[in-house]
Amino acid sequence: MKGMTIIVKTISSWVKVLIFLFGIYIILFGHLTPGGGFAGGVILASSYVLLMLAFGREFAEENLSLPVASKLDCVGALLFGAVALCGLLYGAAGFFWNFIHQEYLVGTDYEFNLVSAGTIPLSNIAIGLKVGASLFLVVLVLSMFRPDTSAEDSNEKE
Amino acid sequence: MAIFYIYILLLFMIIAAIIAVETKYLLGAVICIGAVGFGASIMFLFLRAPDIAITQIVVEVLGLIILIRACISRELTFISGPREFFGVVVSVVIIFVIFLAGIRVLETLPDFGTAIFAEAPEAASQTYIAEGLQKTGAANIVASVILDFRAYDTLGEATVLFTAIIGATVIMRRKPKKLLEDE
Amino acid sequence: MPYALCFLLFVIGLYCAVVKKNMVKIVIGIMVMEYAVNLFLIMLGYRLGGIAPIVGKEDVAGAGGQVTDLFVSSSVDPLPQALVLTAIVISLGSLALMISICIRTYEKYGTFDITEIRRLKG
Repeated sequence: MKGMTIIVKTISSWVKVLIFLFGIYIILFGHLTPGGGFAGGVILASSYVLLMLAFGREFAEENLSLPVASKLDCVGALLFGAVALCGLLYGAAGFFWNFIHQEYLVGTDYEFNLVSAGTIPLSNIAIGLKVGASLFLVVLVLSMFRPDTSAEDSNEKE
Repeated sequence: MAIFYIYILLLFMIIAAIIAVETKYLLGAVICIGAVGFGASIMFLFLRAPDIAITQIVVEVLGLIILIRACISRELTFISGPREFFGVVVSVVIIFVIFLAGIRVLETLPDFGTAIFAEAPEAASQTYIAEGLQKTGAANIVASVILDFRAYDTLGEATVLFTAIIGATVIMRRKPKKLLEDE
Repeated sequence: MPYALCFLLFVIGLYCAVVKKNMVKIVIGIMVMEYAVNLFLIMLGYRLGGIAPIVGKEDVAGAGGQVTDLFVSSSVDPLPQALVLTAIVISLGSLALMISICIRTYEKYGTFDITEIRRLKG
């Protein structure tokens, strides 16, 4: 995979930043506008997949290699669990309790601020990290597959 | 008017699905399944579900990339025709039975567009709509349902996604031979 | 009537998954079934003339975050939307799993035909 022509490379080097920024916007504003962690995570993954299709697999692997992607995946899952466990520490209702209380904001114009929904933005960030890293990981693994080794395998068995 | 668009899109999806099932060319079938997915995405917009429309359209792009990865640069042998006779007869009978049961169920469903959840005043959905903003502070009710009221479901779904990715990674491992020798 | 068309889409997917003998065609049939089920769940929560379940500034009645009665009586059901949103991403993961099984089988046997694979196994 050596990548595509220079036209595709130039255009995608401009567009990938916009796609990445749009994914971050979708994740951060998931509790106010349509979107959320799942959609934003897939958009983040697709920006890296665009990089991989345009410049070849090696270039994308330099930016985000396979062990780093799998570690990011685990970090996302652990972050989501940590947000849930913090609710347990606060005691009131247990697991997944929305421990950042909203009462001190009542009466102000709080509903449509970025920092407004307790633990929901934190969980959105965790879910987005997890989904984006794992989907990029799967596309990378699918493109890394070399048919040579298993062809030898079947020859040996025959 | 929305009903009219919904019928048009459903017919478009059914025609694209039939072409995808019946065509001999694998790449053409993959492109037709993309048409079905994008039709579903536009239809979610008409059904007032913008969150799902965004997710569907992005997932469809990535899924097409994965499917084309499977089909391209293979020796495309045109495998057509059904399996052997007995299996086909049995499966067609099973499909017919499911079809009859589905027709029976369709008679009991209410008309399209009536809000079933609004008829019971104690329904969970009514509580979510009425008190979602007050209790969680999230203006997007769907986000408050996913990550606050029903966060256990999301934890389970994240586990399923993790397991599927691990499975794909293990199957596509570079050297499966070594594993066999260790045993 | 839209329910019936949605059910027809499901039956097309089921036919493709059961009768065809190409592995990629089976995957395609499973995808069609997923679309049909997602559409059916969203349709159950729809109401005619409804609005999306997202609170705007004009829908807030009181200072404590109370929403107006108009929003409560015209919003569509958010619960199936929340369930389907996660199911779509899960379907992408399972699609990757099925495709990796297909690629591995192709490298092993050199064909996508499942009857050929059965013959070569012994």
